[in-house]
Amino acid sequence: MDIGEVRSFDRIDDPEQDQPRVLKRSLSKEDRVYEAAAVAGGLSTLVILAFIGFFLFARSSLVFSEVGWGFFTSLSWRPDASPPEFGIVAILYWTVIIAIVALAIAMPLSVLTALFLVEYSPRSLRGPLRALVDLLAAIPSLIYGLWGLFFLQPHLVGIAKWLSDHASFVPIFRVNEPTFTGSAFIVSVVLALMILPIVTSIVREVLEQTPPGEKEAALALGSTRSGMVRSVMLPFARGGIIGGSMLGLGRALGETIAVAIILSPSLVISPRILETGTNSIASLIALKFGEADELSLSALMAAGLTLFILTLTVNFIASFVVARSRSGAGVDA
Amino acid sequence: MRNFSQTRDETLPVDVPRKLRNWRVDDFSLLVGTALAAVATTWVIYTALTPATGKTGFFLISYITFLLLYVMTCTLELGKQNAFDNMWTVLTWSAALLLLAPLTTILLYVIIKGYAGLNLDFFTKDLSATGTLDSGGGASAAIVGTLQQVFIAVLISVPLGLLTAIYLNEVKGRFRRPVRMFVDAMSGIPSIVAGLFIYAVWIIALGNVFSGLAAALALSILMLPTITRTAEEVLRLVPDGMREGALALGATRWQTTYRVVMPTAASGLITAIVLGVARAVGETAPLIMTSFGSTAMNANPLSGAQDSLPLFVYRLIANPFAAQQQRAWTGALVLVIVVLVLFTIARILGARASGKRR
Repeated sequence: MDIGEVRSFDRIDDPEQDQPRVLKRSLSKEDRVYEAAAVAGGLSTLVILAFIGFFLFARSSLVFSEVGWGFFTSLSWRPDASPPEFGIVAILYWTVIIAIVALAIAMPLSVLTALFLVEYSPRSLRGPLRALVDLLAAIPSLIYGLWGLFFLQPHLVGIAKWLSDHASFVPIFRVNEPTFTGSAFIVSVVLALMILPIVTSIVREVLEQTPPGEKEAALALGSTRSGMVRSVMLPFARGGIIGGSMLGLGRALGETIAVAIILSPSLVISPRILETGTNSIASLIALKFGEADELSLSALMAAGLTLFILTLTVNFIASFVVARSRSGAGVDA
Repeated sequence: MRNFSQTRDETLPVDVPRKLRNWRVDDFSLLVGTALAAVATTWVIYTALTPATGKTGFFLISYITFLLLYVMTCTLELGKQNAFDNMWTVLTWSAALLLLAPLTTILLYVIIKGYAGLNLDFFTKDLSATGTLDSGGGASAAIVGTLQQVFIAVLISVPLGLLTAIYLNEVKGRFRRPVRMFVDAMSGIPSIVAGLFIYAVWIIALGNVFSGLAAALALSILMLPTITRTAEEVLRLVPDGMREGALALGATRWQTTYRVVMPTAASGLITAIVLGVARAVGETAPLIMTSFGSTAMNANPLSGAQDSLPLFVYRLIANPFAAQQQRAWTGALVLVIVVLVLFTIARILGARASGKRR
């Protein structure tokens, strides 16, 4: 056949015919029901979250009309005073402090553990160790609380005492009273263990995606293994480390029972984390719920709403950061 | 990594594979030597300078001393770069080993404390006739409550969670991104907030009383994201070829999902459910304001305060009397055993789920 010949049916002279056909998606009745059900299921999450926010807000309107903005500016939470006082500032302060201290303890440990799982451990240890980290996540909060109060606290009190004796030039290690039980420090250590699994697993996931080519290039250029880790793997995983830490922070902010079991409530804002007395919104709700009348119940709802918004914001930012680093944005590999 | 200075032994037959290692006996002796030196140094510091900070303090100081000594000797022996490299290796190893400490002590401590109260009565009797000082009585009311609440929570959250996972991965609807984000956000909701929410809706707004059902509602809010996330990940493992094959043979979408995708992912989906149950079994905070707890048996989850294992433990551990505390620890032990069993089941099924496809 002559190659240069143009066959007549390749040519469309009529421009009317050169339109893409409209593709329609027609589903059977069964499939329409199925898809509708799946959409309803998928949207149920959105609906539940919206409901949670709405109902907590509706229930807290009573306390807002009673104390107004004082709720977010006042320090004292005394339902039995007259008039009753509801201020969340001190409680919010301690909630954030214990979460941050917990994160400061958990983050280095998580990154090192994740590095071990991905890079340093012998192959045979990886599976069991991963199971172990998952198991730490599966242990109930209540058990952490009991263990923290009865087993860990006596050990940690010694460290707290030593720190306050010998490192009191650091303001946060100073104490006024030499009592160390139920302190922010002890709560934070237990919280750190509880958030360790989630931070570790996210950092691990991101580290595993480091392009092998870049790792090999670093080693081939004569880098030591630690040099490769610091110049290739850790920069690559930066997003995952930040996002994972924020997810951990979100968990630490909302942790309830373990904190409620260990802490001794305090309404004083102070930087002294080693000293007895701290607080958290979640444990406040758990501890005060039983004795609440209508007004203080509404105040607890408002506290719950604050916590809900706080954790939701932190989690949203975190999952955004993690999603970005997972997709490998900003990598030219 | 270093090249090792082992010379080839000429008398060996050539085809015996040489053992490859990247460490020498020197490395090992360096590690052990500095560790011993560190413990000895700390001993001196401890007895002479800063006494009485307990075993944990001793351990911490010896570890820091060890690290310093090790890096110093390595610098002398192998140079700065290798010393730094070795320090990182030691750090990652110790972080991983440190993880073992909380897990083993938690398990051992709960076993030691709870073991004494573990007998048949614990599973068959309740506390309605038992005074605070008496021994005897048990957690049957709590166990029945936990079983019922978790069962109802499964009935609610499993269909919803699977539907959401199917929406995310099979139907691939328009709101996939926001739904996935919200599921992520939901998994971070504090459990106490879920409890407050159910209290505000179910008990205040709708005028119901405390009940096991209310507790189950709160628990299902907490299980939902766990089930959805795990199920979605499992569904993603099903190869697209299977879906395309089914559709090409004329199956409807529903048939494809129900008869092809879900059976393929079955063991993974069960893992998702088991993980959700493991999360719900130990939750305490939302139960305070939904099922409230009680000492007597209430086998009707639809009405009236109902006990459950976590509430049982939480309530009794605050009690000053030894008999009550003993019950709390035994309850904690039972709880830990249940979680361990569920976790093992999930691992086994999960391993099977991912093993089949590789």
